[in-house]
Amino acid sequence: MIPEIGHFALILALFFSFCLSLVPLVGYWQKNTVLLHTARPLTYLMSFFVLVSFLLLALSFMTDDFSVLYVSQNSNSQLPIWYKFSAIWGGHEGSLLLWVLILSGWSSAVAIKSRSLPSEVGPVVLAVLGMVSLGFLSFMLFTSSPFVRVLPEVALDGRDLNPLLQDIGLIIHPPMLYMGYVGFSVAFAFAIAALITGNLSASWARWTRPWTSLSWAFLTLGITLGSWWAYYELGWGGWWFWDPVENASFMPWLAGTALVHSLAVTEKRGVFKSWTVLLAIFTFSLSLLGTFLVRSGVLTSVHAFAADPTRGIYILALLVVLIGGSLLLYGVRAGQVRARATFGVSGREAWLLLNNILLTVLTLTVLLGTLYPLIFDVFGLGRISVGAPYFNTVFSPIALLLIVFMAIGPFSKWQQTSTSILLKAVLWPAVFAVVVAAWLAYSNALGWIAWLTLSIALWAALLTLKDWFAKVSAGSKGIIPRARQLPRNYYGMMIAHLGMVVTLVGILLVSTSSHETTVKLSPGESVSFAGYEFHFDGISHLKGPNYIADRGAISVSKEGTFVSLLSPEKRFYSTSRQIMTEAGLDAGFTRDLYVSLGEKLADDAWGIRIYVKAFVRWIWLGGLMMMCGGLLSALDKRYRNKVRGANA
Amino acid sequence: MRKLLWFLPFFVFLGMGVVLYKQLGTNPEYMPSALIGKPVPDFTLVSLQTNRVEDQSSLPKQAYLINFWATWCPTCEMEHAYLRELAQQGVPIVGIDYKDDSNKAQQWLATKGNPYQLVVTDELGKFGLDMGVTGAPETFVVNSKGIIVYRHQGDLNSTVWQEMKGYLK
Amino acid sequence: MKLMKSFCIMVTLLLSSYAFADTLMTFSSELNQTRFQSLAKELRCPKCQNQDLADSQADIAKDLRIQIHDMIEQGKTDQEIVDYMVARYGDFVLYRPRYSAATAFLWGGPIALLLIGFVAFGWVLLRNKKRRAGKVL
Repeated sequence: MIPEIGHFALILALFFSFCLSLVPLVGYWQKNTVLLHTARPLTYLMSFFVLVSFLLLALSFMTDDFSVLYVSQNSNSQLPIWYKFSAIWGGHEGSLLLWVLILSGWSSAVAIKSRSLPSEVGPVVLAVLGMVSLGFLSFMLFTSSPFVRVLPEVALDGRDLNPLLQDIGLIIHPPMLYMGYVGFSVAFAFAIAALITGNLSASWARWTRPWTSLSWAFLTLGITLGSWWAYYELGWGGWWFWDPVENASFMPWLAGTALVHSLAVTEKRGVFKSWTVLLAIFTFSLSLLGTFLVRSGVLTSVHAFAADPTRGIYILALLVVLIGGSLLLYGVRAGQVRARATFGVSGREAWLLLNNILLTVLTLTVLLGTLYPLIFDVFGLGRISVGAPYFNTVFSPIALLLIVFMAIGPFSKWQQTSTSILLKAVLWPAVFAVVVAAWLAYSNALGWIAWLTLSIALWAALLTLKDWFAKVSAGSKGIIPRARQLPRNYYGMMIAHLGMVVTLVGILLVSTSSHETTVKLSPGESVSFAGYEFHFDGISHLKGPNYIADRGAISVSKEGTFVSLLSPEKRFYSTSRQIMTEAGLDAGFTRDLYVSLGEKLADDAWGIRIYVKAFVRWIWLGGLMMMCGGLLSALDKRYRNKVRGANA
Repeated sequence: MRKLLWFLPFFVFLGMGVVLYKQLGTNPEYMPSALIGKPVPDFTLVSLQTNRVEDQSSLPKQAYLINFWATWCPTCEMEHAYLRELAQQGVPIVGIDYKDDSNKAQQWLATKGNPYQLVVTDELGKFGLDMGVTGAPETFVVNSKGIIVYRHQGDLNSTVWQEMKGYLK
Repeated sequence: MKLMKSFCIMVTLLLSSYAFADTLMTFSSELNQTRFQSLAKELRCPKCQNQDLADSQADIAKDLRIQIHDMIEQGKTDQEIVDYMVARYGDFVLYRPRYSAATAFLWGGPIALLLIGFVAFGWVLLRNKKRRAGKVL
């Protein structure tokens, strides 16, 4: 009974989303306030039924109802309870339901906040969000319902969740990623509403900013978690593979980063209006494109869902309607926008424009590299691969240039900055950074690329701190009161920029100063590597809830003092008959010790892979800082002021 | 003209949509063989049954199939019956016993029957590498001029044969 | 979200009889080892979903790693090794596509986009300057 109610709840949600995408718009065109006001209750109703169906699916998982196909494919009675819950989004159908749940969550949040918007804007925004929901709910109901039953031949037990997904990182990674992806739908909806109503004044940028910053923060966290998970779970010690599915989450992030900045310009100065609208459409389109790439089976990736061309057709149709429709609307309306404000060559507007151009180029580069094999194939040129070597070559120089602008940008003033003041402000830190970086690179035997990168990173960090110091030390009030007076938005920017620097340093050092080797060790033997002594104590067998494992014990010491005991595992999951390697890790601020079990060789000896990863934690530390920056900006007090009727 | 510029994103998106549409339903893991249109690479391998050293000159002079197989490969077991059927129809098949144990392989042919006109052992998989093989079973079609014209990865069955037999000439 | 269809690892362990040779590769020089590591990262495992030779646990990846190792030790250049792989497995195995007319847009695209971006930047600034001048008048 429960799955049927769940399915029915989805149908009701579909019905309300249909009403939501239609009624408020009719109200808007007929200037009928009654119809306009249905938007909010319709949003709540739709969200309620999506939530109900999600909870019922959760219940089916908790009660091991293997008559439900999706449950039997993704769960098992032996599975620990928290993995039964995360198994809800372990496959295509359930993760789609999570997508829709999060979308209704955002829609409801907008509905709650929409009271402070001008009376016709809120309902139109909600109607656009309703259309997105309608698309995804119908997709789910027509092609991929998670509530399909397999009666009467009920499986005795489920096929178990993919062992790779049985992990804490994967419990939280997808929801955070989706929060980000889907959150950009809010900016998208505001942009479309602005195009529909023709009210492209700067006010829509102000309404959109906190939502965008918040989604950006979630997406940052989601990507960071995904990278961290791949690092310790895939057992290769890599943290980013330029895999199409990773790129699918990275592109909206890049575009979203551009959007966060261009919204600031549009709000503050009223310029780049049509560009910002396009960017909002572009960002959400990339989220949708990612969904298509992951679920349609056009690309091979270690992360892709099982392929199904009918699903592919449906999502593609959805893409054409949503993105194509928006871009058409954009083509018709955007030409009417005229900016009145102007700015000078070295004004902050110009720096942020540069930022946007570079971020867009980076996004399109990733898009080009990801889709090029497909384009190649369509033109009958054969099959090629575009992977990490390409992206590292092409992406890195442009990204470095972007960080140079990131360093200077905050020093500029709106409209016009005197060039000599700007030069004076950035010159001495530059000299200092170059010298210190040279010393660091020389003493650690790093090449000129590392030297250049370190210089830029140091310089950017120095400038960011210097700007803050200049702001708090000016005037007579004293540092602490002034520091507290600075808006959260400013701190958000500062922390996010510093986070970028931290990640950059991490990326640089992990790729230049890490060591790896493969050794053959028998119990009792040890090996010296990269300044550490790795001693193989032996192997023990253990039994987990749904797997059996060999666990190695490797004690690490440095110059005679004990550092850590690493326990890499090789697990065999009996239901799915899969073998997984779990790395043994000792995390540290400046280095990670990372050991994974290879094959069992002759006698008692094992092949063991040892990595010493320099500064790898900095990559994710920076990611977390960027996320905090995004959150702080979203919580800026300015956005909480009621702006009812304000049409600034 | 200026007006059309605003529609540029739309047209770019449409182009992308067409590419994505064309790719739907194709198998992204399909990889065409790099050896199509080239002659069979040189080899000197030992025959499984006679211990004779075989090379290019031992290959059939008319069109034939090259089939990579091994006793460790369950799919090879599946396609074995069909290979025998083809052999009975008079299709010449050269078997490459790929990265396998010769004793086991001999036993396999003794119990299951031998569809191959010639079987050579590629114990280290070096000939497999030269042929661009990624696993077993894999079947190549070589035409009467000695040129590789078709490659199939996975088991050979009547459906696959429908497509494949057109190349065998 | 990261559900995997089938995974190379699982195949390997069930038939791991050929696996050991690869774990214990020794190189005659440090340079050779570095060359091996970078080549294994540039080449794609022809049978996996999307993994380079260095990361893949598939049998074929192991064979190819051994082949690369042997060729390096035989004194073959990187280019010769890459050509060897391409002759057998096609351009598909190159993660860094070769420069050709067909990949011109792939390699030139980002540079072209960057140039377009800078031209657009200049154009926006110029237009702004004109309008500012107009305003002053």
